Amino acid sequence: MNTAITTNLNDTHSETLISAAHGEHPDSSQNTLFGFWLYLMTDCILFASVFATYAVLYMNTDGGVSGKDIFELNFVLIETAALLLSSITFGLALIFAKRHNRRATVVWLLITFALGCVFIGMEIYEFHHLIEQGNGPQRSAFLSSFFALVGMHGLHVTAGLIWMAIMMIEVLKTGLNHRSITRLGCLSLFWHFLDIVWICVFTVVYLLGAL
Amino acid sequence: MSILGKLTLESIPYHEPIIMVTLAVVAVLAVAIAALITKYRKWGVLWNDWFTSVDHKRLGIMYIVLALVMLVRGFSDAIMMRTQQALATNGAAGYLPPEHYDQIFTAHGVIMIIFMAMPFMIGLMNLVLPLQIGARDVAFPFLNNLSFWLTTSGAVLINISLGLGEFAKTGWVAYPPLSELAFSPGVGVDYYIWALQISGIGTTLTGVNFIATVLKMRAPGMKLMQMPIFTWTCTWANILIVASFPILTALLGMLTLDRYMDFHFFTNAGGGNAMMYINLFWAWGHPEVYILILPAFGIFSEVISTFTSKRLFGYTSMVWASGAISILGFIVWLHHFFTMGSSANVNAFFGVMTMVIAVPTGVKLFNWLFTIYRGRLKVTVPVLWTLGFMVTFTIGGMTGVLLAVPGADYVLHNSLFLIAHFHNTILGGAVFGYLAGFSYWFPKAMGFHLNERLGKAAFWCWQIGFYVAFMPLYVLGFLGMTRRLSHTDNPAWNFWIYFAAVGAFIIFVGIILQFVQLYVSFRDREQNLDTTGDPWNGHTLEWSTSSPPQFYNFAKLPHVSDIDAFTDQKEKGQAYQRSADYEPIHMPKNTASGILIAICITAAGFAAVWHILWLAIAGMLGAFVAFLFRAYGNDHDYYVQPSEVATIENAHLDKVVRGTA
Repeated sequence: MNTAITTNLNDTHSETLISAAHGEHPDSSQNTLFGFWLYLMTDCILFASVFATYAVLYMNTDGGVSGKDIFELNFVLIETAALLLSSITFGLALIFAKRHNRRATVVWLLITFALGCVFIGMEIYEFHHLIEQGNGPQRSAFLSSFFALVGMHGLHVTAGLIWMAIMMIEVLKTGLNHRSITRLGCLSLFWHFLDIVWICVFTVVYLLGAL
Repeated sequence: MSILGKLTLESIPYHEPIIMVTLAVVAVLAVAIAALITKYRKWGVLWNDWFTSVDHKRLGIMYIVLALVMLVRGFSDAIMMRTQQALATNGAAGYLPPEHYDQIFTAHGVIMIIFMAMPFMIGLMNLVLPLQIGARDVAFPFLNNLSFWLTTSGAVLINISLGLGEFAKTGWVAYPPLSELAFSPGVGVDYYIWALQISGIGTTLTGVNFIATVLKMRAPGMKLMQMPIFTWTCTWANILIVASFPILTALLGMLTLDRYMDFHFFTNAGGGNAMMYINLFWAWGHPEVYILILPAFGIFSEVISTFTSKRLFGYTSMVWASGAISILGFIVWLHHFFTMGSSANVNAFFGVMTMVIAVPTGVKLFNWLFTIYRGRLKVTVPVLWTLGFMVTFTIGGMTGVLLAVPGADYVLHNSLFLIAHFHNTILGGAVFGYLAGFSYWFPKAMGFHLNERLGKAAFWCWQIGFYVAFMPLYVLGFLGMTRRLSHTDNPAWNFWIYFAAVGAFIIFVGIILQFVQLYVSFRDREQNLDTTGDPWNGHTLEWSTSSPPQFYNFAKLPHVSDIDAFTDQKEKGQAYQRSADYEPIHMPKNTASGILIAICITAAGFAAVWHILWLAIAGMLGAFVAFLFRAYGNDHDYYVQPSEVATIENAHLDKVVRGTA
């Protein structure tokens, strides 16, 4: 019946007992996931507002560079690939988490983390490069809204990475119990959500801007 | 830059006698309150039973206390403006220098909307909504506590601005380019940004929390279309909160980047576009006014149906009218700036949409009238507020339709006509509603009744004072007087300006009477106890609990099969039943995490205002660590044992029997 009953049987069993002893509400994880969904919808509107601002301001270059001049699609494509791939690897981590396979979960989280770092590293490089060339956010309204939109997504990804690091420690220390699986579920929602937002950024900012 | 950033001793406005006297009074009051708490040894109670509480009822009461405190602050601003305008006619300077007057009208707007009306509304919702749906608490009790403290954090920041530095001189909307660094180099706008940002995040979390509560925590059997009407209107308001407050968050974030890091979103230079700010502001700001008014509509509905002893007329249409108002509320924001210069077609669309809102609102008004029709209306204090609202709000609504005509708006916008209109709807609508709800649910929350005579006296002062204070503003608007004038030089306006000042003082008496009422009611509480928990023969589940309700709300979760669930229980003889076998009740434990996180964030906000980098980092880190401690604690809940439940329930039911015998 349960394919996960392999190496971690004892572990899993004792954790179930612990979480029962702690009196977890039977439906509390449902509420948490639902509440987190609602939070993501508020985040979605946050992004929508900044997107709208970008749409209004992207032509206001104040005599400076426009998207065509600064976007390097090949670079961004690799960045995008790293982030999209990390969504798949997170999905695998969650599958193993639900099978209570602690080691595989952490390994896939680690790979996801690394891919996220690649994404953030490339973004920092891009920002640094732009600022060095005198195309920082202070240059024009277009660059302000570009830096704000992409940077806000980047801050979210960074927050996700910090959360992921904490979750890896949690999974290693306390194992895969009711609480950590619920939290991993929330983090995975967050991570996929950021992927979707990035697809919009890639399309609206980079593709439409460079083509 | 020094270790205290821009903060120096010069930041204290000790050359402003009015502010220094105010600060002295506040200091004396604070010391007196602290001394009283110490004398009666209540610090422990305050901390253990209130500040750290995750009980929605106690959080509700704390929200309302916050709202009443901020009402006093916001009203002080109001009466100062009215007296200043009355003294500064015929070219006189008055007693307030312009830069102080400008801060006062900004603070008045921000405080009344964000720190008076919102906490009052959210407080009533906290107090009542979980009880109405037969739940033991909200979906996320700790988050609820955190939301309260974040709101308080914003209120603390705005009050600090009184004694350290200054507040924004931009009006409560803080439009750029005036609010940009080039034109507002002081810390006033920064106080504005961080006070709103922090409390706004708290409000967003409240919206998330209560939507989850309503959708996931209803008593068994309660369908969505059986939720009490107040719960429904709050739910619409919460949907508006989660859909609109993130826009404010984004907007304030962008203004922050403009001011702190020289970005060019809304500046004149660099290709910025100030109108983008104004659009985004009202894309939040207009739904915001419906967030304020919809729960008030719910309160009036509850009050009318209870005190006519009838079922609410047109429940279904009431629910959908609220929904229609919520949706329409999102597509009218442009009517705040018809004069921006959009094409006639754009203005016409937004004008028509605005007028359409009068339709569902009219549906509501007729529903209330039909509920009263052939009912036996008991004219209690909450009913007085409701009747006062019905008349006042209708006038406010009609002037709103007038302003929705773009052509008329070109003449009237930014005039006192507008000020009269929105006070007519927010004061005569939302605030009257909260005060109705205050007196309606007071016995439920506190266990004793409010003094009826003083309540009625307060109502009449508010009601008459409102008309005396605001009807002249309509006239002044027609006479061409614009808003936010610190002094005037037009003899034709003088009479109406004096008239309005008198009204402000009548409202002042109303507010004093309200506090006297609280004092007298508390003093005489032993004679006015509510022993049954159901003083008004109520219809909904909050009245099936004791007053104040048991901390777990319901010993057994009620089974619901009717809109008026408690009436249904009473008719079927299922109310007040004793049980031999109670189950253990799972409850959350109190926690200091919420207040600790909020203290850290307040410090960070203060540091951001004054550019104290180390404190900002320390505050954010502190908040993060406090959050982690909460997240990895294991001691979050406990069980109430059946024997304890039985003792509490039997004591309550004994009182009910004695009360009705």
